[in-house]
Amino acid sequence: MSGFFSETFLAALLFGAVTAAIPLLLAGLGEQMSEKAGVLNIGIEGMMITGAYLGFVGAYYSGSFWLGFLSGAAGGVAVAALMALLCVRIGLNQIVIGIALTLGFEGLTALLHHFQFSKSYPRLGAVQVTPIPLLESIPIIGPALFRQHLIVYLSIAMVGLMVWIYRRTQLGLNLQAAGDKPAALDVAGIDVIRTRTIAVLFTGGMAGLGGAFLANVGAGLFIPFITNGAGFLGIVLAMLARGRPVWVLAGALIFGVCLSMTTAAQVAGVNIPTDVIQMLPFLAVMAMLVLFGRRASLPAALGIPYERGVR
Amino acid sequence: MRATTLDASAGQTLRQDIGRRMAITVGPILVSLVLAGCVLLAVGVNPVAYYGFVIERGLLSPLGLQQTLTRMAPLLFIAAGLIVAFRAGMWNLGGDGQFLLGAVTAAASAPLLVQVLPGWLALLTAFLMATIVATVWSLVPALLRAYQGVNEIITTLMMSFLGVSLANVLVKLVFLDPGTTVPQTRTLPVADRLPRLFDTTITSGLVFGLVAIVAVHLVMTRTAFGLKLRTVGANPRAAVHAGLSVPLLTVAVFAISAALIGMGGAIDIIGVQGNVRADWNPAYGMAVIPVVFLARMNGFAAIGFVFLLSVLSIGGESAARRLGVPQTFTLVLVSIVLITLAVAEYLDHRYQQARRA
Amino acid sequence: MATTVKHPQGSPAIVKLEGVTKRFPGIVANDRVDLEIHPGEVHVLLGENGAGKSTLIGMLSGLQQPDGGRILIDGAEVAIRSPSHALSLGIGTVFQHNMLVPTLTVAQNLALGGRWWESPKISELADRVAQIAQPLGIDINLDARVSELSLGEQQQVEIVRALLRDSRLLILDEATSMLTPKGIAELGALMRRLVERGLAIVFITHKLGEAADFGDRVSVLKLGRKVGEISPERLRSLDRTALVDEIVAMMFGREAGDDAVSIPPRAANDDALLEVRDLHVSPTGDAPGLDAISFTIGHGEILGIAGIDGNGQKQLAEALAGQRAAERGSVVLAGQTLDGLDVGGRRQKGLRYLTDDRLGEGTVGSFPVSINYFLKQVGEPPLWRSGVEQRGEIGKRAEELNRQYDVRTPSIATPIGRLSGGNIQKVLIARELAEGARAVIFNKPTYGLDLANTLATRQRIRDIASQGLAVLLISTDLEELLSMCHRIAVISQGRLVGTVPNGEGAAERVGRLMIGLAA
Repeated sequence: MSGFFSETFLAALLFGAVTAAIPLLLAGLGEQMSEKAGVLNIGIEGMMITGAYLGFVGAYYSGSFWLGFLSGAAGGVAVAALMALLCVRIGLNQIVIGIALTLGFEGLTALLHHFQFSKSYPRLGAVQVTPIPLLESIPIIGPALFRQHLIVYLSIAMVGLMVWIYRRTQLGLNLQAAGDKPAALDVAGIDVIRTRTIAVLFTGGMAGLGGAFLANVGAGLFIPFITNGAGFLGIVLAMLARGRPVWVLAGALIFGVCLSMTTAAQVAGVNIPTDVIQMLPFLAVMAMLVLFGRRASLPAALGIPYERGVR
Repeated sequence: MRATTLDASAGQTLRQDIGRRMAITVGPILVSLVLAGCVLLAVGVNPVAYYGFVIERGLLSPLGLQQTLTRMAPLLFIAAGLIVAFRAGMWNLGGDGQFLLGAVTAAASAPLLVQVLPGWLALLTAFLMATIVATVWSLVPALLRAYQGVNEIITTLMMSFLGVSLANVLVKLVFLDPGTTVPQTRTLPVADRLPRLFDTTITSGLVFGLVAIVAVHLVMTRTAFGLKLRTVGANPRAAVHAGLSVPLLTVAVFAISAALIGMGGAIDIIGVQGNVRADWNPAYGMAVIPVVFLARMNGFAAIGFVFLLSVLSIGGESAARRLGVPQTFTLVLVSIVLITLAVAEYLDHRYQQARRA
Repeated sequence: MATTVKHPQGSPAIVKLEGVTKRFPGIVANDRVDLEIHPGEVHVLLGENGAGKSTLIGMLSGLQQPDGGRILIDGAEVAIRSPSHALSLGIGTVFQHNMLVPTLTVAQNLALGGRWWESPKISELADRVAQIAQPLGIDINLDARVSELSLGEQQQVEIVRALLRDSRLLILDEATSMLTPKGIAELGALMRRLVERGLAIVFITHKLGEAADFGDRVSVLKLGRKVGEISPERLRSLDRTALVDEIVAMMFGREAGDDAVSIPPRAANDDALLEVRDLHVSPTGDAPGLDAISFTIGHGEILGIAGIDGNGQKQLAEALAGQRAAERGSVVLAGQTLDGLDVGGRRQKGLRYLTDDRLGEGTVGSFPVSINYFLKQVGEPPLWRSGVEQRGEIGKRAEELNRQYDVRTPSIATPIGRLSGGNIQKVLIARELAEGARAVIFNKPTYGLDLANTLATRQRIRDIASQGLAVLLISTDLEELLSMCHRIAVISQGRLVGTVPNGEGAAERVGRLMIGLAA
């Protein structure tokens, strides 16, 4: 037990927490934009798994993590485009289509993976980290937080970008209006459908990127159903964060620590089946929903397709 | 977010509508088969050979057909449970967790109970225990939705992930069969399982499943209780105005829905599987959701679609072994059907509108 | 006041409608409507609910496209494709249901519509708002959140927004329906200042008095058709009474004063049938509370509740019906206390509530007419036996009610959402009057109905009172209350601020109570 709180242990714990948190952060930030604009994006799990698969394929064949992230994000956007077409443009039921996309792309990626990689099960090489000078030498925090892949810093910087978009730009206003009172946006001369489409595509890109991170950085390989509900966790984060990007970050980190602790406990020799670890984030979500569920707020027009002239 | 737009239950359908409905159901299914066939082509599998194999193994061969009918038993219970929830406007997406917990309860109790009780009573007790466990599991989302207004889509999904993991933990830690090295529960001897129908391998669970879904259909369409649930689903404010207790009905809906899905888990164990192996999760709950949508929440139509799903599922399992096409292809096919059908319905609606104007 | 101002006459029309037609499933909302809108004029578009006013402005503001006819702008034919197109043509609209985002500040709302990559230029905006608002005497707090503003303030924000966009034509849709009498007068003065600066205004209303007070030109719509127009010259030549008479003749095709005041006679024995004492309801996030509400209604008496919309009328009705929990207070019907009973229990005792939200909570639109008749009796014999629906019995009863209440429907199996408002209202009235009714709460019973249905509904209410039932009539239409109530109570911010017996001078006294003066 003496090693339990050693510096290296804590550093590893924190490092693991950040690695586990990034996909949730990206998914949560993405979903937040959809929800702000009034689209409940249940298909996010499908976007994430597609991002994970294409992200891995991209990185594996090109040998570049960056091309992997790019193709992962592009995959997410492609699924999101389907979602936007079906749910935003022609107004089909967002839940039905969301479930169909999730199931379909979980199945499709598993199928493709089977034919491509099931014999070889290839892995990617080690992740290249970009240490931040000076900061990396801080004990515990340094190795945990400042010796990460560049994409980690960029993901966290996204939080600031989102805050800026929501607070300072016309786009932020448009998104909020599209979710709270789409008719008001329409009469102000902004296309509601286009605004919501932008939001859904952004969600797809972020979810795809998150999926790619999960596969390439988190696991180093793709396995079918690897996202295992991470997209849905993103939805919960977005719901509980009530439109605040910083809260998504905080929530993602809490989940990350949760996940990382159990892994660490296992490493430390406490014998727990992996199923218990897999339960923890969901248990944490349920606890949060029981405690704060009443206060989770969603935009007024969430889930309702916009049709001009229908009040 | 409610299921109102899908609730076609209210109006009695006219005869000429039925023909059109058939057309906008069969057409998209054919289109989907072609689209999914393209996916097969892309991975180097001959779609005609694949479909032929699936139909041969799932429908035409006597043994396959019997397996298909046996597979329907749990799926019918799940479909019945989902119909109750969706018609009442509650998105119970937690079927997988409820199903597995029901299954594990039945698998943990039935092999022990048959040693002390008469066979039928042991099975009934195990069946009821499974039902109760699944019902209890649904209480958290039910109460959160009823009294706190927390979106049930999220809570049921979360509880489903939890339930699946919990079922695994129970199998590995609590109900592990000490008699074998394979991580699984004790096994219910074949002789003690539900009887088979006549001289076939078809489980009598099929009959229970059919009874359950027909009963649900009749309750939803012909009784005061069903009407109250549909009112809550179609217009919750009208339900409040009419003096219905929406929170209580909400809890009732979740309880009934989860109970039926838990029964599905139990019927699969005491009728077919006999035990639960570690990490077993057939994900029937998710697979049946599209089926219920396709059937537009009509119980009788759901029987037909559950049959199709069973054919695909049994045939797909065979194909996985023989042609090397993983079963996940079934998921792809089902979701393509769901999407094309939704699009077809939309186009039909547009066409009808244009014609009327 | 309209008659004293000099207008830039003879200026060509900004917008001209020629034979504009718009159809919806089952109805012709606008039937070959011609209209000319000139700068410097308040053009009043007068008509009852359902006359086609909203559809007409829907087409002018780009929300809907006409099925026939032409819209000319500055003499050239234009198809107004979208709201943003309408804005770019100089047509700004203030809708009846406000079009501001409640969660954004005033400044953010005004900035909506800029290019998406830009930052909203709030300080620049503040300057322009000051330039526009100050000469008009409008005071706007740009940093306030819209949800915190009164409805009148929100309307001013919307007018300023239209002016910010350089609108040449300002359309005001039912702009006075949410305003106090004082607010209405202020709006009238503001419109006058705007037209003096050369703006064109289309002012939509269903109130005769406002048309006479504010209009330079009046067009009357009835059932989708334009049935008459009064030109500025003619308008100036008439005094107010003559003008109102002429408009009434156009609208109703009958002489003024025809909408007879008829108060049903009632027996002298005045023992209270419905008695409400000290009713308190806590306010919630989106609804005002009720404070110490007390009143009694006798056998055969109609008590009116007047007030500006949103002052607790709906909460009062819901608290009485058992739909909303009361903090304290008691409700006694025919000597029996209803406290602690739920909606069903109160209904059993004879208290009935006709909701004002026919589609939102009164009916389930996708259910057949027959089931909607009995939505409050689900499970009761003989329509249900042991919980099982008796289709024959339900059908028979529904057919009977269709005849008795003159409900026009293709069949009892038709989803009720496909019926007209008038027919849906008849179904709801039939439902509330079903056996055992003793006291009936009517919440805005004629809202959105055409004239024939309005008159029929009013007569139905009088009949109910004549049979000895107690009636609580909630309405925002003072004329309606004056035409049939025995007494009128005024509700303001959740309190009854006074009760006036109907008769000579009642209108003025109720009006004074509504704006916070003693009667």
